[in-house]
Amino acid sequence: MSTTILLRDIDEPGLATLAVYERRGGYASLRKALSMEPAAVVAEIDASGLRGRGGAGFPAGRKSAFLPKGNMDKYLVCNADESEPGTFKDRELMQKCPHMLIEGVVIAAFGAGISRAFIYIRGEYEAQARILDAALAEARSAGYIGERIMGSDFSLDVVLHRGAGAYICGEETGLLDSLEGKRGNPRLKPPFPALQGLYQGPTLINNVETLMTMPYILEVGGAEYAKLGAPNSAGTKVVSVSGHVQRPGNYEVELGTPSRQIIYDLAGGPPVGRRVKLWFPGGSSSPVLTEADLDIPYDFDSLAKAGTMLGSGAIIVVDNSTPVLDVALKVAKFYRHESCGKCTPCREGTNWTVRMLERIETGEATPMDLDIMASVQERIIGNCLCVLGDAMAMPIGSMISKFREEFEAHMLSRQLADVAA
Amino acid sequence: MSPVRRYEHGSRVPGWDSAADLDKAPAAVPDPALVDVPADLRAEIEAAMARYPERRSAALPALRAAQDRYGWCSPEAIEQVACVMRLTPAYLASVATFYDMFELEPAGRHSVYVCTNITCSLRGADDLFTAIEEAAQGDADINVRSFECLGACDIAPMVSVDNVYYGPLELADAGRLIDDLRSGREPLPELALALRRSADPNAASA
Repeated sequence: MSTTILLRDIDEPGLATLAVYERRGGYASLRKALSMEPAAVVAEIDASGLRGRGGAGFPAGRKSAFLPKGNMDKYLVCNADESEPGTFKDRELMQKCPHMLIEGVVIAAFGAGISRAFIYIRGEYEAQARILDAALAEARSAGYIGERIMGSDFSLDVVLHRGAGAYICGEETGLLDSLEGKRGNPRLKPPFPALQGLYQGPTLINNVETLMTMPYILEVGGAEYAKLGAPNSAGTKVVSVSGHVQRPGNYEVELGTPSRQIIYDLAGGPPVGRRVKLWFPGGSSSPVLTEADLDIPYDFDSLAKAGTMLGSGAIIVVDNSTPVLDVALKVAKFYRHESCGKCTPCREGTNWTVRMLERIETGEATPMDLDIMASVQERIIGNCLCVLGDAMAMPIGSMISKFREEFEAHMLSRQLADVAA
Repeated sequence: MSPVRRYEHGSRVPGWDSAADLDKAPAAVPDPALVDVPADLRAEIEAAMARYPERRSAALPALRAAQDRYGWCSPEAIEQVACVMRLTPAYLASVATFYDMFELEPAGRHSVYVCTNITCSLRGADDLFTAIEEAAQGDADINVRSFECLGACDIAPMVSVDNVYYGPLELADAGRLIDDLRSGREPLPELALALRRSADPNAASA
């Protein structure tokens, strides 16, 4: 029996409207939160064991507790930039149930003593932005956001901010610069945003799904939520499954569900007659796994133990009809395009990786190039302000080490073809 | 010496290869008395500035408003935004060149973004992009671009037409998509993302 929290009745007609959301018990958790002490709200989130759903998996309660106390201007930023290739969970959640996000934003802001919130949504999500804007207007006129929310002393202003097409703005400090009206270049850390973020003020940044889970945690209590899922990976996760599967889509599973069950039982597995060749467990930034890894439980720690990561919770399946070189080239080109250009290892490393992969494709490369390419990946990791370069280096490095024979066979066959010609 | 082409694929580091004109005087913040800004555009930009603690935060919404009006971020459009926001045109140009959704050259009225990232490409997006490009060839009204992941891998391969998502497309849909756009109809209405229901069997509701 699986528990469905975020996707429950997600297709109910009118769920995006306040009337239907309220009828389903919406904003009751906010009412409950406002009757509690802010520290008690954070304690519930902490007790739930909820880990950030955006990619890093940082404990949400602890993140909130990092914010300094006091009366300075503090900000909450909801990261709705969802740009990790393969990820489309926040899109469906915001589009179909925007009030749950707004309720989560207000609860999180109340807990951390924040009076200004921003939702940074990627520019391409225009339809979702319109839906959120309409929901914000409804929530404002119903008194769920704005001055003295639901008769309490707590006030919160929420502004929806649309990006304009840049993957790097999903990186939290790139996002902050973009929200300040600048190019979205990541910042040097520390200082971390919790101390010095938006407009130099303490800033709490959470992913859409993380915030949308908070109303449920308040409803049932942190201890109850913590019973769901796997050790150190509490709760449910909306997993975006795409690529070579028969039923691509978002599936909500308890963390710890075997990966095979998600890919085969829910998403239908690869087309008949084909097999899983490789899969990305957490978006295109995660090191790839193979068919042999399908029984790994889908949770933060099990995937980390397998040398990869849960990331944004996006499974991309590639079947045996596709050469690994095509996948590597596609991934590397994406990161080359999206590198902001600030740090040399990333700017040059992504560029040279693409060039070397192209050499392999055209048959100009030698097996030594694979080693050079692997060493380029190692030199990117950990040497930049943000992890965009790492996000290319990790999957490319894993493809070279797991599919080295296929790369070499491709090079050899190209060279033999040239000799024959 | 010929320049080294490093960033041919729509880079965030534009101008890398072009020499700077060191003799050119830097453009200052435009003088409001000399720049004519349409009243509604000015009002939209000012309203955006009022939403934030710092007015500079309105750079993206302001540039978007100007682009919606003029079709692209022309030097005149950027100057008008700079005039209202009290920033230099160079600053706003640096921002506009960073983001993929700002057009830095005159562009067609209709935007067709074809996702060619990993999932869509696994499901045939590269051929689809070529087919759509061919179908729209020579039509200055239609701006076909290949785009990075648009966050709709469940409907791969997909397109975003004037920022509305459609998918999954067959290769044969390319011609119909462009025909629909030319004749002012909603393109491929039955493939609109808005119609799609959740794939999760446990999410089902009546």
